[in-house]
Amino acid sequence: MSAGPAIRVGADIATVGEVSESIARFGGRYLRRIYTEHEIASCTGPPPAAAASLAARFAAKEATIKVLRPVGHQPDWRSMEVRRDPGGWCSMSLSGHAAVLADEAGIAELAVSLTHEGGLAAAVVVALCHEASTAREQEEGLSQTRADGTR
Amino acid sequence: MDETIRNILAEHGRFPVDVASISDDSDLFQAGMTSHASVNVMLALEDEFDVEFPESMLRKGTFESVAAIRSALSELIGS
Repeated sequence: MSAGPAIRVGADIATVGEVSESIARFGGRYLRRIYTEHEIASCTGPPPAAAASLAARFAAKEATIKVLRPVGHQPDWRSMEVRRDPGGWCSMSLSGHAAVLADEAGIAELAVSLTHEGGLAAAVVVALCHEASTAREQEEGLSQTRADGTR
Repeated sequence: MDETIRNILAEHGRFPVDVASISDDSDLFQAGMTSHASVNVMLALEDEFDVEFPESMLRKGTFESVAAIRSALSELIGS
């Protein structure tokens, strides 16, 4: 087993039409409960385009949960924020319980990629885990070595 | 309360199965409710019961079963 950094990957897909329906049905209340102010401000343009961008962000939050692997207490939606750089690329910013879970997993870096096409939006999140997970891997490797009776 | 919860689940949960076939303790996400559908369920519950789920409850676990939803609503209505 390599002692190098561990990688976690999460991916998710969301339907743009469902986001549009939620906005039509529940309006700003839907937006404010799920998305941060920055995310809402980042998703502008005609309603279909804004809904596609929001759907991609929802997929990113779900992909992040898959990376964080919570047991029991799940992070709330707004604690996982897609930050849009003026250059056009995005990053994932964590706060609250999501940040705690990332610390516990030894996640040092998060990268996110969003896309949408044909009524679907998707996101992939990659996490690079350093100290905590690497140390755990090494410990598990030592345990395996002891169990095998080898050095 | 349970009948109202189930009516809202049937309308907003996007289940591939009849909601009546889901037991109180069954995992609604395993039964087919998507995370996004659970958001709509939450908002519809707020409208119906005139409550607001606080940020501490805005997570999947709050809506993972009929029993969990009932418990959360009872807590909100009773507070």
